Amino acid sequence: MNRVFWNRWGLILILLLIFPLTILLPRFGIINPYIDLVLKYIGINIILTVSLNLVNGYMGEFSVGHAGFMAIGAYVASLLTVWLFPRAAGPFLFPVALLAGGVAAGIAGLGIAFPSFRTRGDYLAIVTLAFNMIIKSVLENLDAIGGPRGFMGMEKLTTLWWVYIWVIITVFLARNYVFSNFGRGVLSIREDEIASGLVSVNTRQVKVLTFVFSAFLAGIAGGLFAHELQFINPRSFTILKSTDMLVMVYLGGIGSLGGSILGATVFTVVMEGLRTVLQQIGISQEWRLVVAPLMLILLMIFRPYGIMGLREFRFLIPRKERPEALNEFRKQIHASKGGKEALT
Amino acid sequence: MTLLYIERLSHNFGGLRAVQDFNLELQPGELVAIIGPNGAGKTTVFNLITGVYIPTEGRIKLNGEDLIGHKPHEIISRGIARTFQTIRLFKELTVLDNVRIAHYSRAGYSQWDALLRLPRFTGQEDRVRREALELLDIFGMADLAEATSKNLPYGQQRRLEIARALATRPSLLLLDEPAAGMNPAEVERLMETILWIRREFQLTILLIEHQMRVVMGIAERIKVLDFGQTIAEGTPTEIQNDPRVIEAYLGEEAA
Repeated sequence: MNRVFWNRWGLILILLLIFPLTILLPRFGIINPYIDLVLKYIGINIILTVSLNLVNGYMGEFSVGHAGFMAIGAYVASLLTVWLFPRAAGPFLFPVALLAGGVAAGIAGLGIAFPSFRTRGDYLAIVTLAFNMIIKSVLENLDAIGGPRGFMGMEKLTTLWWVYIWVIITVFLARNYVFSNFGRGVLSIREDEIASGLVSVNTRQVKVLTFVFSAFLAGIAGGLFAHELQFINPRSFTILKSTDMLVMVYLGGIGSLGGSILGATVFTVVMEGLRTVLQQIGISQEWRLVVAPLMLILLMIFRPYGIMGLREFRFLIPRKERPEALNEFRKQIHASKGGKEALT
Repeated sequence: MTLLYIERLSHNFGGLRAVQDFNLELQPGELVAIIGPNGAGKTTVFNLITGVYIPTEGRIKLNGEDLIGHKPHEIISRGIARTFQTIRLFKELTVLDNVRIAHYSRAGYSQWDALLRLPRFTGQEDRVRREALELLDIFGMADLAEATSKNLPYGQQRRLEIARALATRPSLLLLDEPAAGMNPAEVERLMETILWIRREFQLTILLIEHQMRVVMGIAERIKVLDFGQTIAEGTPTEIQNDPRVIEAYLGEEAA
């Protein structure tokens, strides 16, 4: 087996080999239900972090209302599996419900994209905050779907292997997006929006696409979350949930998919670990709520770019974008240029 | 056939008349300079042409097509490119990405092609990468493709800005004080570059510049602005001897 082969197929092989484990390990009790749960949370949080990173990290906007998109995805997917889909068909139609939740959240994302044409920074943050609060209030006042009591009756359809598949889909799509014309447009908006338009980037198009894509992913995560807990209520999707997402993004690193994976994993493990630690030393669990905002403050002061800020793991960079591939392209150009006059 | 046609262009910021009654006709291949003291409204003219501001009055046409009311990216896609008075590169991004971003309007694939890596994406993306590297190669920067653009020396950043502008395939290039902050040797090289790209890319160039060496050395025609008004227009020799110009620059006594 040579290097070229591994470069091309290595990652896919590893991902395929892990897949049966995500079915077998929980099934045969090799990992206990608690670990299974934590792994699922890590996966859901990775999707959320990638989603928010697209807007806050790559595009340099500041959304603090992504829990709103998550809520839409969670409610839409749950309503479908509980009210519309026949029980027996539940497991098969689960991806359809998730996609529907994602699309619904995406449509809401379209709405948030519009204020972003005119406002940036603090003002857009306030708009997204308002959006988050509106979604929560609307859900609380819709008695048909439980109002403040919440909505239940979902089956436990979120299995580890489903989470695994959606994480891979999410990272794959996000990587494709980021390493494309559109992704570069997103980055240019972060760097200098005026200059971006003046080198032909359709900044409105880029913003709409990015908000919709980001909201779609958050909606998917919401559907997975709902079918894990089997119970959702409006209070699950407050600004606190959005704060958790912010911490994961800034912990892992802005503008980095690898950072999103790391940030979500570290954050989830720390928060779960804290549960045990607080119990052991006999301090109220309430203190966990202090940790996330505190982490956010400390991160913003001491490490605003996070663990992986603006960098990327090699395996997440498309092959043609890696340094050795670029070298190859460069050589071809040098070779083909021949005697053409060049500027020195 | 007139490339750029500007008629009675005026722009006010509140009560301030930044540009007043500005007229300009550019023929293909011309190299025209706009000069004038600070605050004369030169950059405002560029911002009006590229759609950053919408003029209070007047008409701007490119190849007979009206430009007013169009968004900057639409105007750029129609063949106008520009550089900036203070460098506005995408600082944290690589040299290659700076140039590739300028391919946005000509990328040739949709978001679905990109998200799902369809064949059209791969093909077009290869083309964009090749074109960007070729352009960098022309500017002697292909080996710097992966460098973060903020780490380049000043002169290189200026050149990269020109390369990025050319990546949009313009027919008209607007250069806003390209020689600002350059030493005499760099200025010399810049003048060669400007003449070279004009020939090689068949450009029409409109230039704002303070360094008289550049203006007198390469411009075929000069327009002088002061307080938003055109006070003189002509060949470099005519401008050098125009009393109104000397007055605007040096004060009444000297004239």
